Amino acid sequence: MKFELTDEQRDFAASLDALLASSDSVAVARAWAAGDHAPGLKLWARLADQGVQALLVPEHRDGLGATPVELVLAFEALGRHCVPGPWVETAAYLRVGDGSVATVAAPPLTPYALDADIADTVLVATPDGLRSGTVGEPVTSIDPARRLFVVTPGEVSAELAEDAFDLAALATAAQLLGAGERVLADSVTYVKQRTQFGRPIGSYQAIKHQLADVRIALDFARPLVWGAALDPTARDVSAAKVAAGDAAYLAARVALQVHGAIGYTAEYDLSLWLVKIRALQSAWGTNAWHRARILESLVSKR
Amino acid sequence: MNLDFTEAELAFRDEARAWLAANVPAEPLPSMDTAEGFVAHQAWERRLADARWSVVSWPEEYGGRGASLVEWVIFEEEYYRAGAPGRVSQNGIFLLAPIIFDHGTPEQQRRFLPSMGTGERIWAQAWSEPEAGSDLASLRSTATRVDPSTGSGQVGGWRLNGQKTWSSRASYAHWGFGLFRSDPESTRHHGLTYFLFPLDASGVTVRPIAQLDGEAGFAEIFLDDVFVPDTDVLGAPGDGWRVAMSTAGNERGLSLRSPGRFCAAADRLVGLYAGSSDPRSADDVVDAWIAAQAYRLYTWGTVTRLAGGGDMGAAGSVNKVFWSELDIALHETALDVLGPEAEVESSWTDGYLFSLSGPIYAGTNEIQRNIVAERILGLPKEVRG
Repeated sequence: MKFELTDEQRDFAASLDALLASSDSVAVARAWAAGDHAPGLKLWARLADQGVQALLVPEHRDGLGATPVELVLAFEALGRHCVPGPWVETAAYLRVGDGSVATVAAPPLTPYALDADIADTVLVATPDGLRSGTVGEPVTSIDPARRLFVVTPGEVSAELAEDAFDLAALATAAQLLGAGERVLADSVTYVKQRTQFGRPIGSYQAIKHQLADVRIALDFARPLVWGAALDPTARDVSAAKVAAGDAAYLAARVALQVHGAIGYTAEYDLSLWLVKIRALQSAWGTNAWHRARILESLVSKR
Repeated sequence: MNLDFTEAELAFRDEARAWLAANVPAEPLPSMDTAEGFVAHQAWERRLADARWSVVSWPEEYGGRGASLVEWVIFEEEYYRAGAPGRVSQNGIFLLAPIIFDHGTPEQQRRFLPSMGTGERIWAQAWSEPEAGSDLASLRSTATRVDPSTGSGQVGGWRLNGQKTWSSRASYAHWGFGLFRSDPESTRHHGLTYFLFPLDASGVTVRPIAQLDGEAGFAEIFLDDVFVPDTDVLGAPGDGWRVAMSTAGNERGLSLRSPGRFCAAADRLVGLYAGSSDPRSADDVVDAWIAAQAYRLYTWGTVTRLAGGGDMGAAGSVNKVFWSELDIALHETALDVLGPEAEVESSWTDGYLFSLSGPIYAGTNEIQRNIVAERILGLPKEVRG
């Protein structure tokens, strides 16, 4: 029993974090939202070089043959840095490891395909397997950096991995965790600097206690994400998704509140994470759906 | 990273499970905060001790099994899964014993630990005072130096005076432990000394206080010139705050509320829900179950850190807020599921009333949130009066 990251896992997470911290991912996300994909695709290629795309691809198919633990570490970094693009779809659900961009709609829980206009591969998951997808009308997400598209299924093209959905949900949970950590860190920085009534607002208990609750919620969501990565059963993935979603959402609400009006502006970078977190909460299974799946598993086992 | 147990740990778990299955009383014992229940719980502690299950993490010479932290958590999980009685010896074995192991003299260890491990001597904590609650460092109870020539039986020591309150288990316990101001010139956390004293000593008056559930789970302790010999001072005189804070860390951290009790309660809650016909509490049941799992996994992370030489630090405060709120949410949900039957006395109403004290004792959750904000998030200290 050793429930902490190995040195290799820690190094992997740190190197991704360093790469993303120096890549101006906020500018990349803003450009992506405005329809300029060039910087985002450049970042995509750099991350693919680091192996992010091929983590779950077995070694005999030229992948890294890594575990879901490495997957959640990578997606926490993507969430922390607000990286745009269909990463969950490519790396967790479809596991396309060749550097190309792939996306998928998996109705009813994932009705639209993310970034289908620029994807090299567009698919639709149906009960009898993956079908090719024809890209239709764009749909506007609450998160402008998530560009959604209606897709129409065509011919059956491939079999679907049995754990595709669960690993997509798990990767989304990790992304939420990273996004939650980021808005907490940015909020802490802000409340130490912002002065009102002659003191930093971070010295007031009304602020402190809200941020402490965020710290606590994230600290207890993380072991669920890691635990589900060690053994991605449907029930444990759902628990991770609910807890990470709730913790990140609390982080977002508190972040906005302690920033005040500046946090409500589109210009201030916090806004990118606020809408991202809300969008990811319902992506790859809403909290209600995941809770229902947990309950069914608990009650049927009795 | 892994959550796998060794063969030895699995064997330990199986042995504990088998013993508990054969020995846990079929009927719940009467409340430990009644005269009858107190004795029944002491007898249960004796039975645990005879089979060396009362203090598994202690060294063998004091009745333990030298169990690792991992094994201790495993034992706790089995203990609560088996529905075994609450631990009347908890204040002693979990809060005081670690301090005696770390700060006590060999003589104190020999004198105090064996009877604590068997439940023969039950300990009460004596921290809070009427004017010193969250602000414990403002305590006013005093210890005055007594020379050997004037002391009882020519032994050097101290005379304790003052009042302690909200002292858990003090109504029926045998000894108390707490902090007293031994340097009258000192302020705040300086000049405090950690004392051990018998509750039947001359000058001690214990007045039980009925709690929300009507039982005397805590008491006031009045001390009027109570003589305590030097040999019952724990750690160095004047060093009491530092000594005591290691207790506070234990209490908020791992030892007070092991994950086993919440996982067992969450399982019972799922069972209660499965047998009810009202689906309205479904999400709350799931959230309580998720939180219990989160607490279990978080604890394995803590155990890994501690086993690797790390310390609990301010993370104990993160822990305390989480489990105390989880305990309330879990019991509130059970009462919701029970519907119109909720008010009828049951293990759920008992557990609910007990859970309500969680955010208050062992340092209020407001104090814990301050600690999380200042020591973990690094926010500026509040201006204090």
